Amino acid sequence: MSETHPSVRAVHLHTGYERSNVLPAVDLELFPGHSLALVGGNGSGKTALLRTIAGLLAPISGRLEVLGTTPIKAVRRLAWLGQFTTTNPLLPLRGRDVVRMAFYGERGLWKRITVSDELVVDQALEAMGAAEFARQPISDLSGGQRQRIYLSYVLARRAELVLLDEPMSNLDSGGMLKYYEAVTALGLRGATVITATHNLEDAADCDFALVLGAEESRFGPGRELVASLGHHH
Amino acid sequence: MSLLQPFLDNPFLLTALTAGVLAACSCAIVGTYMVLRGLSFIGDALSHGVLPGVAGALLLGFPGLWGAAVGSAAMIGGISLIGRRTRLSGDTAIGLLFVGMLALGVVIVSRSNSFSGDLIKILFGEILGSTMADLMLQSTALALLGFLAWLLRRPFLLLCFSPEHAQVSGYNPKALHVLMLTMIATTVIVSFQTVGTMLVFGLLVAPAATAALFARRMSRIMLVAGSLGSLSVFLGLNASYWFNFAAGASITVTAVALFFGGLFVKGLVQRV
Repeated sequence: MSETHPSVRAVHLHTGYERSNVLPAVDLELFPGHSLALVGGNGSGKTALLRTIAGLLAPISGRLEVLGTTPIKAVRRLAWLGQFTTTNPLLPLRGRDVVRMAFYGERGLWKRITVSDELVVDQALEAMGAAEFARQPISDLSGGQRQRIYLSYVLARRAELVLLDEPMSNLDSGGMLKYYEAVTALGLRGATVITATHNLEDAADCDFALVLGAEESRFGPGRELVASLGHHH
Repeated sequence: MSLLQPFLDNPFLLTALTAGVLAACSCAIVGTYMVLRGLSFIGDALSHGVLPGVAGALLLGFPGLWGAAVGSAAMIGGISLIGRRTRLSGDTAIGLLFVGMLALGVVIVSRSNSFSGDLIKILFGEILGSTMADLMLQSTALALLGFLAWLLRRPFLLLCFSPEHAQVSGYNPKALHVLMLTMIATTVIVSFQTVGTMLVFGLLVAPAATAALFARRMSRIMLVAGSLGSLSVFLGLNASYWFNFAAGASITVTAVALFFGGLFVKGLVQRV
């Protein structure tokens, strides 16, 4: 590799839904293979920051580079999973159809979804332990089963940058185990993973953490930062 | 009494049947998106929002089609303006424009000498007066809508699933949404002259809703909806022929009755 761009670089980035409700300035730099935990209480802006990096929310001020370019231009090379994915019960989709949609961006309007694409879909379902119920309509699945399907979708995108908002909500212990394995595998193949979480143990296991407070944000090595949080409380 | 006999004996009924089937097929395509995305109210508003446009055009001596196009453009523009400028929810915006446009239509129509006749023509159409030119226009629109639905099947499915995931897949959900509304408007515009604004809405919602009860794939919902809509047209025209009922309204009643029939059948199947 001649020159490695940071996967995400934020310099004095301000974001938020309204000008009256802006996050503290965020400075961070992540390289391929790094993991980052976003830590903060309810309403601290974890979701807003993830959406900004995913290009779903425009920054208010400051600089934000994603995969060496703007979030909008990087959009097909990243995967994002929001905290609440509502599914219309009428939608005629089976679990596997949702995971297959991971290729709708890359393959565009008319390029075929190839046999090897289908294989990626099956592997993703397997990785999340979702293969058994992948043929059932998504509306018939439980919350945890649905979350496994959505995480399979994220894996099937084979993204360079993965953005997850509370990804373990609804998962049972088996699902959590699969999730940890999948995230480890993502890091090993060089993907950058950013996770919003309330679980401090998980945050300590990440390479980096970003603590979002009311006045300021702090970016640093995961374990040290989480340990310092313990002292504050 | 054969159900086919009316159409064999009367060429104008065969033209009416063709016009109705073409309308049913266009409505099946866009109606499926409407039902799956919960856009029924906006579809209703669009189909009635054309009223002042049509009435105005007829009063000034322009083709009703042009007026319908202006009316639906004003409707879509107005709804997105309210959406951008205020925090009012979408259905408030739609309701506001819906009732406003409908009332404006009645105000304009009341200037005409044959008040109720014109209003009923616009609402229920003149399916028995369909012409070859109507059929050509409807076929062209159907071909265009079918092509768009095929071409954009992936982004449209993503949009139905989640506008955010459509965006993260590199598509523009706002543009897709406006295109979808335009497709609904196009269906209304080319269909209302033959089947009327009220009936267009019936054919948009009822067959797609019935099909969504049973079918497991988007393309199959459209196919089943098209068949159910066409069946409604066929049965409705027969009812009109044999019992002297109003044609357009008979078709709408049939389409809605098929939905409740489907609901009943589904209930039976689930109990077994």
